[in-house]
Amino acid sequence: MAKTTDREALRETLKIKLDYDQLTNCMRCGFCLPACPTFRETGLEAESPRGRIALMKATVDGIMGPDVPFEEQMSHCLGCRACEPACPADVKYGQLIEQARDAIEEHTTQHRGWVKGVRKLVFQGLFPHPKRMELLGKGLKLYQRSGLQTAVRKTNALKLLPKQLADMEKILPEATGKGVVKTLGTHVPAKGQKVGTVGMFRGCLMDAMFAETNRKTVELLSEAGFDVAIPEAQNCCGALHAHSGETAQAKELAKRNIRAFREAGVDAIISNAGGCGAILVEYDHLLHDEPQWREDAAWFASHTKDISTILWNEGRPLPFAEPVGGEAAAVRVTYQDSCHLKNVMKGGASPRSLLGALPGVELVEMKDAGSCCGSAGIYNITQPEMANRLLEKKMKDANGTAAHYIVTSNPGCLLQMKLGIERHASDKRMEAVHIVDFLHERMAARG
Amino acid sequence: MLDNAIARQLRDIVGASWFKDDDQTRVAHSYDGTPMLQALPDGVIYPGSTEEVAAVMRVLHEHRIPVVSRGSGTNLCGGTVPIQGGIVMVMHRMNAIVEVDLQNLTATVQPGILTKAFTEHIESLGLFYPPDPSSMAISTIGGNIAECSGGLRGLKYGTTKDYVLGLEFVLASGEIVRTGGKLVKDVAGYDLTKLLVGSEGTLAIVTEATLKLVPPPKHKKTMLAMFSDVYDAARTVSKIIENRIIPATLELLDNPTIKVVNDYAKLGLPTDAAAMLLIEQDGELETVERDIELISGICREENATEVSIARNHEEALKLLTARRSAFTALARLRPTTILEDATVPRSKIADMVLAINRIAEKHRVQICTFGHAGDGNLHPTATTDARDTDEVHRVEEAFAEIFEAAIAFGGTITGEHGVGLVKSPYLEWKLGEPGVAVMQSIKAAFDPHNLLNPGKIFAKSARRRVVLERG
Repeated sequence: MAKTTDREALRETLKIKLDYDQLTNCMRCGFCLPACPTFRETGLEAESPRGRIALMKATVDGIMGPDVPFEEQMSHCLGCRACEPACPADVKYGQLIEQARDAIEEHTTQHRGWVKGVRKLVFQGLFPHPKRMELLGKGLKLYQRSGLQTAVRKTNALKLLPKQLADMEKILPEATGKGVVKTLGTHVPAKGQKVGTVGMFRGCLMDAMFAETNRKTVELLSEAGFDVAIPEAQNCCGALHAHSGETAQAKELAKRNIRAFREAGVDAIISNAGGCGAILVEYDHLLHDEPQWREDAAWFASHTKDISTILWNEGRPLPFAEPVGGEAAAVRVTYQDSCHLKNVMKGGASPRSLLGALPGVELVEMKDAGSCCGSAGIYNITQPEMANRLLEKKMKDANGTAAHYIVTSNPGCLLQMKLGIERHASDKRMEAVHIVDFLHERMAARG
Repeated sequence: MLDNAIARQLRDIVGASWFKDDDQTRVAHSYDGTPMLQALPDGVIYPGSTEEVAAVMRVLHEHRIPVVSRGSGTNLCGGTVPIQGGIVMVMHRMNAIVEVDLQNLTATVQPGILTKAFTEHIESLGLFYPPDPSSMAISTIGGNIAECSGGLRGLKYGTTKDYVLGLEFVLASGEIVRTGGKLVKDVAGYDLTKLLVGSEGTLAIVTEATLKLVPPPKHKKTMLAMFSDVYDAARTVSKIIENRIIPATLELLDNPTIKVVNDYAKLGLPTDAAAMLLIEQDGELETVERDIELISGICREENATEVSIARNHEEALKLLTARRSAFTALARLRPTTILEDATVPRSKIADMVLAINRIAEKHRVQICTFGHAGDGNLHPTATTDARDTDEVHRVEEAFAEIFEAAIAFGGTITGEHGVGLVKSPYLEWKLGEPGVAVMQSIKAAFDPHNLLNPGKIFAKSARRRVVLERG
């Protein structure tokens, strides 16, 4: 666990960072408890949003010290934000947990061995630098195609990695090493009559590892009638930074993105990753204490939409192909919510509407589709035990649908579902797929 | 803090991970759903069986350590705040449905099962368990029994007390008692089963309950009526009952609540309406349709300005939105929401609503009233800020007057939330000194050393509301 030098100094920082109004707004009705994955898993009040808010308030009020268990408890939270729609009093729990983590991070002098390495690599060395992310994609491609992957797997070299990382290695997507701009350029015109102009938020993980999905996102948008701009000056959304207590860096990234899309002159910013989209729609909050950014941040936040939302609500209907073979058995799909798309962007309905409208596709809801799969940013790497418990439960529900595909809206969820299938699927032919790829594949070829 | 030797004994009984006395756990069990109350326990225990509860009680009894048993801690009367420290006993691990008896139409459950999980299971079997407190998604059956929870269906179907047929409970001494059973009739001595329902954890710890199930209604219809005069609405309620119609739901929203709900949910309600009634009837199709027809006639006769009947399930849900969002809309107004449950005979609903509005105005506080008009159970809800001591004081004064008014109308200080800590100073107003004395002797007979949820129901002195500083 992280080491903190001075507990009283941490308490003072918590006092400054935590929004005391929000702490007071929690009326402890307990309605958030059944929505919280860690509470449901453990049955312990301290592992619930109501409990965590009480702990935050108690440290500020001087009832308890911000001790090591307190720090651990703050990192147990998945940040899935399922508690927020359940809250009658509209407590901004997501903001509170980020403020607590931000305070803790400020006083952390030392992280546990490999967590430290991962954090540094992710937050400073990699994600803020699109070029390095591209390189990562290329490296991954080389690793996968050169025979090194096969060699590594055969020689058991993976045993040198912590188990969770070794498992993640197996489910890495086939990388292309070529981002969406390299493939399509920075502008793609609308097909047919133009509905509007949108900016594509490519995301760093998406563009390095799922560049094909990014390309197909642009093609779907173009097909639905949108001119698509992909501003090159954009960068990482900053979500992982903000969720892990690296607020200052998240703010810098946000400003660069706002500038890039403002300059591009678009009507909307389109994200195809719930995890990115959720922070994009909260840039106004992230930059709330910087008045000179207020207007631009508010514009950016209110004009960010998920790909499914814009396709379903504003786009021209996509030309889907009728299933071949007429009466052939329908393709059965189930949809695993991206917590942040559902709980923060309030966009859980459109993916279902799109899937439901596909010819030859049967959408079967799994039990608790809205509860977190355990991926949660880098949670499945930093808190593998809880993440694995949640994943096992999730796969039980997914298996219950006997679906051919688990469709998701976020790269983290997608990788976690792949891991879930690898470990727990009752039928190994089950596939995890991003909704964009699934829709794109079902479009009729156009002459 | 608890003596190490005692903590070790407790861990030996339940297993090391099911007794906790770290700061984090103690803070997380220092409150319940009641605003402005907080007190730390010395430890928290999660028993897994009746035998463990009994063994734990023997240890606590020997060392005279107080214990507060609880489910999810959602009550609104300060009922599970451990004001004298000691142990909080969380029943969540004992959450099994032991048996559903389809011949006798009973279910036997452990107390820690969530109300909603239970009712969903029962409904999947084609049966019905009517009590539906608003917190049912997280409340437990044990908690419902301790508080005798009501809900929206109280008028037609009764409350928790009408569905508890038998109990297993552990006394303060650690002895196990079983009462009642799968029996419709049982007069073997005092009715200890009913006595335990609503006893707020002060008499014994319930470890198992046998509940009555009923066949579910086949059809349901929903309607809404708006009134420009609250007396018209209240008279409508009485008229419906007079006409020998008992609706499944008969809910009222007063003008301040209608305004707040409309602002929040943008329902396009007439904000000048003085009152709104939401009515549901269930049963056989023919009866439901006839009753709804009769009720809308009565509403019109009593000057309803608008009557709408839902034509389908979606429309019914829409009508229900106003009532369902009342609590949420109110909770978002101000940081602190104090929800009370003064109850009057249903013929006095209009007088009570007006009295509440008058009292709120007098004390310069905002109180919105909604609730179960059909059974006289109102929820005057004050929105305030715990940090504004002056205003909170005025809210307390206003509620004292509201309780007084309720009793004057032949009502009571609490219809379904319980006395707990918050309403203990007013109990004597309702019962008189001899009434309280009888209850205290019952308490002493069950729990001579005052270990079970001490300091609840009975106040040290009547009047003056108790508020701890932090919370």
